[in-house]
Formats: sequence, structure tokens, C-alpha cells
Amino acid sequence: MIFKIMVFLPLVAALVAGLGRDVVGNTGAKLVTTGALFISCLIAWFVFSLYITGLGVTQVVPVLEWIRSGEMPVDWSLRIDSLTAVMLVVITSVSALVHVYSWGYMAEDPSQPRFFAYLSLFTFAMLMLVTADNLVQMFFGWEGVGLASYLLIGFWYHKPSANAAAIKAFVVNRVGDFGFSLGIFGTFLVFGTVSIPAILEAAPGMAGSTIGFLGLRVDTMTLLCLLLFVGAMGKSAQLGLHTWLPDAMEGPTPVSALIHAATMVTAGVFMVCRLSPMFVMSPTAMTVVTYVGAATALFAATVGMTQTDIKRVIAYSTCSQLGYMFFAAGVGSFGGAMFHLFTHAFFKALLFLGAGSVIHAMHHEQDMRFYGGLRKHIPVTFWSMMAGTLAITGVGLAGVFGFAGFYSKDAIIEATFASGTQHGYVAFAVAVFAALLTSFYSWRLMFLTFWGTPRWDGSEHIQHAVSHDLHAPTGVGTAPTPHPNHGASGTLGYHPHESPKSMLIPLVLLTVGAVFSGFFFHGLFLDPEQGATFWNGSIAFNEHLMHAVHEVPELVKRSATIVMLIGAGIAWLAYVQSPELPGRFVAHAGGLYRFLLNKWYFDELYDTLFVKPSISLGRLLWHGGDEGTIDRFGPNGAAAVVAMGSRAAVRFQSGYLYTYALVMLLGVAAAATWVMTR
Amino acid sequence: MIGLHHYITVSAILFVLGVLGIFINRKNIIIILMAIELILLSVNINLVAFSVYLGDLVGQVFAMFVLTVAAGEAAIGLAILVIYFRGRATIAVDDVNRMRG
Repeated sequence: MIFKIMVFLPLVAALVAGLGRDVVGNTGAKLVTTGALFISCLIAWFVFSLYITGLGVTQVVPVLEWIRSGEMPVDWSLRIDSLTAVMLVVITSVSALVHVYSWGYMAEDPSQPRFFAYLSLFTFAMLMLVTADNLVQMFFGWEGVGLASYLLIGFWYHKPSANAAAIKAFVVNRVGDFGFSLGIFGTFLVFGTVSIPAILEAAPGMAGSTIGFLGLRVDTMTLLCLLLFVGAMGKSAQLGLHTWLPDAMEGPTPVSALIHAATMVTAGVFMVCRLSPMFVMSPTAMTVVTYVGAATALFAATVGMTQTDIKRVIAYSTCSQLGYMFFAAGVGSFGGAMFHLFTHAFFKALLFLGAGSVIHAMHHEQDMRFYGGLRKHIPVTFWSMMAGTLAITGVGLAGVFGFAGFYSKDAIIEATFASGTQHGYVAFAVAVFAALLTSFYSWRLMFLTFWGTPRWDGSEHIQHAVSHDLHAPTGVGTAPTPHPNHGASGTLGYHPHESPKSMLIPLVLLTVGAVFSGFFFHGLFLDPEQGATFWNGSIAFNEHLMHAVHEVPELVKRSATIVMLIGAGIAWLAYVQSPELPGRFVAHAGGLYRFLLNKWYFDELYDTLFVKPSISLGRLLWHGGDEGTIDRFGPNGAAAVVAMGSRAAVRFQSGYLYTYALVMLLGVAAAATWVMTR
Repeated sequence: MIGLHHYITVSAILFVLGVLGIFINRKNIIIILMAIELILLSVNINLVAFSVYLGDLVGQVFAMFVLTVAAGEAAIGLAILVIYFRGRATIAVDDVNRMRG
């Protein structure tokens, strides 16, 4: 029963807030949704604690019959096991905190009930996804979160860029979903069921069998896993289908924190882990997963170094960290993937909410080039983002204490090395290099935002805010000029204010998660014995690999920490010590810089390959097919014939009496002639 | 001796004159009314001529009816004409084309 309450309460809250907003009002809608999420969150932590202490058992809670179609029964049911419990905790915690945060962040928005309703609807769909007992229900949740993501990216629908980003996210995800649905069809074809436990049980028996696909004989498990993985690539923004994620930053920042950092984008990782017994049956699929993850981690990290929009940097960082999770899964360390998902949710949500707080303080300015020196103005935001940065870059001392990312990232890096396969070593090299880049861009973000001297005078938002403040008492008046008596140069006399308490409390709570989640839970998720008990078969937990992790050379264990320090050092040098260095680098390696700044030209490539041909094809069908053929010979043609006939007929109606009389006479004469000559 | 065919010839000439009066006249609606009278008269001549020729009085009775109707028609036509002139300040045939499609 409590499971049903936990899952359906957000749906009820979303309906109340969304449909009944005229009844419950602004505050009512916010109270209902936030309250519902906190109840769900408490239940989730309770369930999670059961699994931590070993009291939890895998169970399936039936909800109702859904589809009975021949051989295919599909039921709504909630599957609760340790994997689900981990996801439940992540989703409900981050969601509840984001709800609270939005009280402050969205305080001035005119349509808050809609926002909160969407947030709760998203949470419901995500819970549906992670509690799915069969692939069809998972697909329902999968599409539900996609819909909520679309609605929330385009929440400010009066902004054309937000609409474009929302459509882009939806369309790119369709590509992935197409693969996912093909995977589901294929799975049903092969196994005759969509029930996940039944599939996982039957999977080992199918290893080595082949199936006809596009006229080729291919390995059954490889085909199914790759098709399902295409779905995961779309949802989790892996290289090739990643283009929507940076654009999704058009949505409000709490949305970015919840959907595009902590929860929805990790659905792909969750799906691979949920179906991990299936994936391990196909070494080919595992290799592909590893390479795609590694390529994404590297790509996103390089691009993240050059972006200037604070949210986009964090978005590419998310993309990169998702790559880590995938290659962790690819080398067989599903526990590592899930652990990184777990810690990442806390510190990435923290970074996003912190960025939101900075944006809030800087009057909606998102460009880091116009930040600087904010350390003393917004101390709480600064310290929580500091904790997030320490967590994502993996600061820690082995055996003593480390921030969240220290445990999860090291576990992944060591697992890639310990796997001993070729793709494992490739992933290892990429992981270490990407860790260097991660450290660099994370510290770059921190240094540009919080260190140095204020560069706020370049920002139009700040200029607008200042001129508005100066002239507010006198109303509309003279041209905006900086106030001459105000403080140091570069500030324009603008005073950033720390965000309200409703935004700071979630930051502080997430800081706790970012600092301690790794330290407390790494044994539970990763330790060979403890992990095997905890996961209890809900993922393909590789005890052998987890043992091997402890045997890797010392240098491998230290590598992440070493490159982290190097990256931070370079960032310090380039953005604090001698700020002219980046400019010199750009002058020397402009080609590389532009390549990274333009995100490896992926958008341009897709524009040329898909968007433009589609538009030309659409134009051709529009002008040639629709207008030129159907309209021309159909409705327009018929109308033209009538018009032509009536134009001819009009000429008979001269209006002159004598023509009518003449025609009448001729008619009579003709009739008389006919009668007489008959 | 004036025979039937003379009457018919005169009648036909009058008829054609009347019809042409309607078509060719582009000036005046009164002329059209007069042309119609001409046509009716030509018919009357026909009726009376055949009545005498056939020794049947019905033809002459009909001629009386036609005269009566023609008088009424002329009265109504002129009345319409007066009303029309008040409205449009013209009775030129070429201007009377409000029925044009």
C-alpha cells in the first residue's frame, strides 16, 4: 500500500495543482505538490533503509490489469527491489528539494501552478519507469518523462528558443525511442513475454542463438541489447543523440537540476542496469556500450571546457558523467554505474541549483564572462557549489574521507582497468583524461564565477537592473548611466543578493548528500560481499570484478586524484593566476578552440545531414505534391472550373433590356422554326 | 383590289419596325414603349384582317381586348418610367443596366 501511495501521490498532486489551480490557487498548488513529494520521499527513504539493513525483499505489488492481448498479458505492477529503492531515493529526494527550491526560484512567475503540476507529473512518470515490472510499463514511464521534459523545457513558451529546444528534445528522443520500441518488439518476439524477470531468467538460454534482421543473421542478444541501448542513448544523451541536452537548458533551472541532471537522463543507465543480466550475455553489446560511453565522456568534457554559459557547462558535464556511467556498465561494473548515478544525482543537482542561485543573484545573467568576484556576495551559494565541485572532481584521500565523486569515479576508473579487456583499457585511458578535463572545467566555472574581479558591467541584464534601480523613483527619465559614486569598477554599482531561504535550504541539504553520500554508501554499492547481498540479484553484480578492483596497481588507484590536481592547477593558472593565458591559447590554437566551442560541429552536421534535407523534402512535397498535384487538380481545380463557367455566364447578364429582348426573340424564332420544320 | 396579303404585309412591316425599335433604339425608354404599341397594333391588324377574311367576329373581339390591355400596359409603363426618372434622373436605355451580372 505504501508503495502505491508513494508512486501515485505525485500524480494526484499534479492533477490537483494542474487542473484545480483555480480552486487551490498559487500557494495551494505549491503546498499540495511539495507536500506530496515530501511524503513520497519519506516513504522512499524508509524503503531504502529496509534494503540497507537487509530487511527488504524483492516484491511485486500488482496495481491493475492493463492489456490482455492474446499471448501477451501486460499488467500495472510496482516492482520493488534494491535497484528500484536506490532510484526511488534519488528521484524523490531531488524532486522534493527541487520543489522547495522552486518556491523561491519561480516566485515571480505568473504560472506557478502549471510549473509545479509538471514537476509532480514528471516525478510520477519517473517513478513509474523505475518501478516497472515489464518493458511496456517501463516504456510508459519512459514516454511520460519525455513528455514532462518537453513541457518543462518549453515552460516559458513565449520564448521561441525554448520552444525550439523543447521540440528538439522531443524529436531527438523519438530516434532513441524508436530503437527502444524495436527492442521491446524484438524481446517479445524472442522471449514471448515483456515481463522483465521472465526475460532476465530466459536470457542465458538465448545466448549464442541468432535471429534474422534486415536480411542478416545476427546474434539475438546482441541485436536486442543494441536496440534497447539506442533507447538508452537517446534518453541519456549519449554521443550522437546528445544534441538535445545542452539546448534543454532553455528550461527553468530547477528543471535542469531535476530532469536533465539527476533523474530523467539517468533513465538510460537505469535501464541498462535493470536489464544487465541480458547485456552480459552479449560481449559485443557490452563493448559498444563501453565505447559509446567513453566517446561521450571525452566529447562532452572537451566541449564543456569552452562553453561560457554556466548552465551549458554543467549540462556538458552531466553528459560526460553519463558517459562514465555507461562505460562502467560496459565493462561489467553495474554496481559502479549505479553508485555513480546515485552520487552524481546529489552533486549535479547541487551544482545546477547553485548555478540557479547564482543566476538569481546576477539578475538572470547566465554568461560566466560577466561574473567574477561573487565569493563574498553570495557565501552560502559559494560554499555549496564548492562542495559540489569537490564532489564532481573527486577530491578525497583513500581510506580517510572523500567527497561523493571520489568514491564513485575512482570505482569506475579502477573497474575499467581491472576488467582487463581491450575496451576496458580504452575506457580507462578516456576516463582518466576526462577526469582531468572534468577537474579543469569545473574549477574554471568556480574561478570565473566566484574569484577574480567583478566583470558585471558587460552584462546587459545587470545594466538593465542597475538602470532600472536608479531610475525607479523618478519613473521614465534620462538615459541609463552608471552611478558615479558606486564602489569598485566592473560592478556598475550592482549588489548581488543571496537567494531566499527556500532556495538555500535545498542547497544545504544537497551539499550534505554531495559530501557524505559517497563515504557512507560506497561499501554498500561496491563491496564484493556487501554489494552482492544488497543488490540481491537485481543487477548483474560482478563480484569477481569487484574483487579485482582492489588488485589494480597503485598508480591506477591514484591516477584520478593526480589528474584532478593537474586539472585544478591548470584552471587556477589560467583563470586566477594569469587570466590572459586563455586568450593566448585561443590565439595559438584557434582552430581547436572553435572546434570545441562549436561542440564538434554536431549541430551543423545534423543540420546538413537531416534537418535541411527534411526541410527540402517537405518543401518539395508541399509545393509539388500538396499544392501542385492534390490542390491543383482537387479543390482548387474544381473551384477554378466553376469560376470560369460563371465568368462566361456573367457575360449574358448585360443588364440591357434590348439584349434580353433580342435573345428572347431569337429563342421564339428558333422554337417556332423547330415546330414548323419538325 | 386590296386583298388579305396586303394587310398581312403591312402588319409584318409594322411588327418588324416595332421589334427593331426595341433593339436598335438606344436612347429612350418611351420609344421602347411606343415600339411595343406598334407590335401590338400589327397583331391587331392581323386579327381584324383574318376576322373579315374568315367571317368570324371573335378576331375583332380579340382586337378590342388587345387595345384595352395595350392601354393599361402603356399607363403602367409610363408610371414606372416616372418613378424611375425620379430615382435615377435619366431614362436613357444605355444607363438602365442595374441587372447586370
